[in-house]
Amino acid sequence: MQLIDCPWCGPREEVEFHYGGEAGVAYPADPAALSDEEWARFVFHRANPKGPLAERWSHSAGCRRWFTAVRDTATHRFRR
Amino acid sequence: MSRVDGYGTRIDRSRTLRFTFDGREYTGHAGDTLASALLANGVHRVSTSVDLGRPRGIVAAWSEDPSGLVQVEEPFPEPMLPATTIELTDGLVARGLPGRGRLAEVPDTARYDRKHTHCDVLVVGAGPAGLLAARTAARRGERVVLVDDRPAAGGSLLGTERICGRAALEFVADTLVELHANPDVVHLQRTTAFGHYDDGFVLALERRTDHLGADAPRNVSRQRVHRIRAARVVVATGAHERPIVVEDNDRPGIMLAGAARDLLHRHGVLAGREIVVFTSDDAAYDAAADLAKAGARVTLLDARDGVPAAGARRCAEQGVTVRTGAVVTGTRGTEHVTHAVVGGEELPCDLLLLSGGWNPVAHLVSHIRGTLAYDPALGAFRPGEPADDTAGDGVTAVGAANGTLDLAGCLAEGAGERAQPVERTPTKVLWRTDGDPTRQFVDLQRDATVADIARAVGAGMRSVEHVKRYTTIGTAHDQGKTSGVIASGITAELLGVPIESLGTTTFRPPYTPVAFAALAGRERGRLFDPARTTVLHPWHEDAGAVFEDVGQWKRPRYYPRPRETGGIEDMDAAVLRECAAVRGGVGILDGSTLGKIDVQGPDAGAFLDMIYTNVMSGLKPGKVRYGVMCGLDGMVIDDGTVLRIDPERFCVYTTTGGAAPILDHMEEWLQTEWPHLRVHLTSVTEQWATFPVVGPRSRDVIGAFAPDVDVSVEAFPFMSWLDTHVDGIPVRLARISFSGELAWEVSVDGWHARAVWERLVALGGQYGITPYGTETMHVLRAEKGYPIIGQDTDGTVTPQDLGMAWAVSRKKPDFLGKRSFSRSSNLDPLRKQLVGLLPLDPDLKLPEGAQVVELTDALPPPPVPMLGHVTSSYRSAALGRTFALALVKGGHARIGERLTVPVGGALVPVEVTGSVLVDPEGTRRDG
Ligand SMILES: [Zn+2]
Repeated sequence: MQLIDCPWCGPREEVEFHYGGEAGVAYPADPAALSDEEWARFVFHRANPKGPLAERWSHSAGCRRWFTAVRDTATHRFRR
Repeated sequence: MSRVDGYGTRIDRSRTLRFTFDGREYTGHAGDTLASALLANGVHRVSTSVDLGRPRGIVAAWSEDPSGLVQVEEPFPEPMLPATTIELTDGLVARGLPGRGRLAEVPDTARYDRKHTHCDVLVVGAGPAGLLAARTAARRGERVVLVDDRPAAGGSLLGTERICGRAALEFVADTLVELHANPDVVHLQRTTAFGHYDDGFVLALERRTDHLGADAPRNVSRQRVHRIRAARVVVATGAHERPIVVEDNDRPGIMLAGAARDLLHRHGVLAGREIVVFTSDDAAYDAAADLAKAGARVTLLDARDGVPAAGARRCAEQGVTVRTGAVVTGTRGTEHVTHAVVGGEELPCDLLLLSGGWNPVAHLVSHIRGTLAYDPALGAFRPGEPADDTAGDGVTAVGAANGTLDLAGCLAEGAGERAQPVERTPTKVLWRTDGDPTRQFVDLQRDATVADIARAVGAGMRSVEHVKRYTTIGTAHDQGKTSGVIASGITAELLGVPIESLGTTTFRPPYTPVAFAALAGRERGRLFDPARTTVLHPWHEDAGAVFEDVGQWKRPRYYPRPRETGGIEDMDAAVLRECAAVRGGVGILDGSTLGKIDVQGPDAGAFLDMIYTNVMSGLKPGKVRYGVMCGLDGMVIDDGTVLRIDPERFCVYTTTGGAAPILDHMEEWLQTEWPHLRVHLTSVTEQWATFPVVGPRSRDVIGAFAPDVDVSVEAFPFMSWLDTHVDGIPVRLARISFSGELAWEVSVDGWHARAVWERLVALGGQYGITPYGTETMHVLRAEKGYPIIGQDTDGTVTPQDLGMAWAVSRKKPDFLGKRSFSRSSNLDPLRKQLVGLLPLDPDLKLPEGAQVVELTDALPPPPVPMLGHVTSSYRSAALGRTFALALVKGGHARIGERLTVPVGGALVPVEVTGSVLVDPEGTRRDG
């Protein structure tokens, strides 16, 4: 059971958190202007790299705030 | 009796305990284990093996024993416990177990619980290294937790050693006095650290009452799981002695050398009088000398050519015959070992001791992916350098767990210093001797032999993990504590590769078996999962409601009444009656479980316009709108009504199951994509009780209930709401219908809910007001084609598939899911769409989940092309027949066609209809 550092609450057990996937994937400014493929890329496709990845996390059983954290997907370790 | 005077530091000879094993009564002493008491009585044979039925006995002295499993019958039935770890209590009843145990058939009335602890240092193991580690940390002012799995501290110390010029056990006692006087130290014996997880998280099981037997106080939990979070973990878990595999090495009377020495010093048990010791390591010399001193005739056979000088001297003093370069290749005996075979010679013996060296107990390092490196001087794997920053962070192995086997070295490492090198005759790495591989047992509990490893290698296995699974070696209760490394070594020999290149199997939690009851703790029975009840729950119970679980909620499913013919209605009868009462008069439902979210802020309308497929910002205060929510992929995730309270405030109703996830969904978008929107979200599900009052006579009931309110259709139109007071109680009335009938939803705060409900029921009495449950609610909504999200949908269904294109705005530039509606796959005319199905036999109710196929008299050979499936199916009072809703490929275009639903062996013909079967014109809505 890992500890995850909530920027608001400090280190808490991972079961208090909800994973939100890759961070920094912005909602398109004008979805209607996108082709089907571009839209599908936004909705369904993520890089899924091995190594450090900026991710969205929500302290869902705590302060309920979303935040971004960098985690190594191979080791699960968060960058501190 | 094999009890000898002058030995036994752990037993109290003044206290005699009676116990029964395999139906015979014996006695032992306080401080005995079941194993030591059996051996004291000369009982070596504990059981027979699981597959081969061979006699088996005690091999080791503690939890590493692979062989002597028993079933405890009294005081409480418990299967598969090693006799070596059962502390003897008066009245204990046990029997030998050939492999498989039997669970108790009576309820376990003992308590189990859980405790959280945080500390700077967790020390696992209270042997010399662990005690020093705990003392050193405590003296530094750190918060220390010290756990140890044995009944008393001291680890491998037998009492003969000296530490700092004093008797070892006195040193242990003094150290404990110092630790116990420190308020920042927690010390727990009989506590096994069984799992080590990330960031210093360790689970430990404390056995609190079993050793007290019948005297165990009822108010103390039997076992406790400690959840320990430590900044640093010191692994001081010692080492397990490793046998050498020889032919017929499984007979009772064959054990590890250290185990026999342990039994002598701790329990005063001399397990044999005519002893052969076979070793390739130094430690067995001390065992041989001690056993000889206690009165046994001992012959020591060392596979090595050189002998350790000090050990040989001790053995000579005690009259032990030492032979070097000698190898045991087999044994004789049936129920008990009688001879050791050495070359052409058969040495008579009643105890054969094996010692092939020591395996560091590095499980807690391995659990968190710490690497184990092969040490050829040990013939074993010990904790290596961490491979990356995830493993071994803040974890230190000290003492024998680190491969440091001498006492001085253990004490030094415990104190955080470097152990001084000591002179040893190197251990000769000897996994097995020559013999018949089908009778050379590697894992006694699994009856797995060298021949099984050879078969695995012959079948192409090259990894020890595969060999483990193929042979089952290391998968029993002991998880291969004594057999694992040997299996790796023999596999390497058979493959002709160095063992370093193979490695060893990964240790996984739990270190020793843990009862499910301990893991469950207090979360059993009623406390297993929280049950949520509405404020009206006692009323429903009094009314005889049958409840169903909706998530954690208990909701009335129906209210059965006595039948005129005697007995009580079944669900079908009750639901038909409730449906007829609603459509013919008036009914009342407890809808308080519906999710409610208070949405406030200047941008609340703009926010909801993005969340819902239709326009919410244009809703006028006092009005209600039905809305659908979709995910980015355009699939429906929830639906419900929205009340506009004022220009900056809405009350959003979600489905019962959607209450929490939809709030999360809204929060996610608000916080991560639209933080500029000035909106606040609050769950008010539990603040409001909501009762739909439904049916053509509902206007009469609401009119009587709220006489100050004009309930005429002109003054109080469909999809509008208002706040009023009834006898001083604030009440919200909304004209919302989930059945197609004239209906009001009455909402009130929880404190007044019961009074309001009872008033409505009393006022409705003259109109035959009928309380109804979720089953009737489902039938009524299905008759109108209203889908239940999650029942009629499965995450692949768009609003258009549900026939609800009318709820999707064409004017809004964007909302969640909009862009997906024009994706080609969402425009496919063969998408599954919601339709009604009428079985041609009006009495036949289709099972929900049944498949829908083309109309046919005989199914084609599989695979049969599937058109869809039945999502809802009921018996309708209004239609006087059965009906169903289904998702069917291209369903909207198939209305009027006939299809087939295979049910069991029968092919049921059905007619496809629109999804609205009752009052499709909507004439009943306004009464
Ligand atoms: Zn937080």
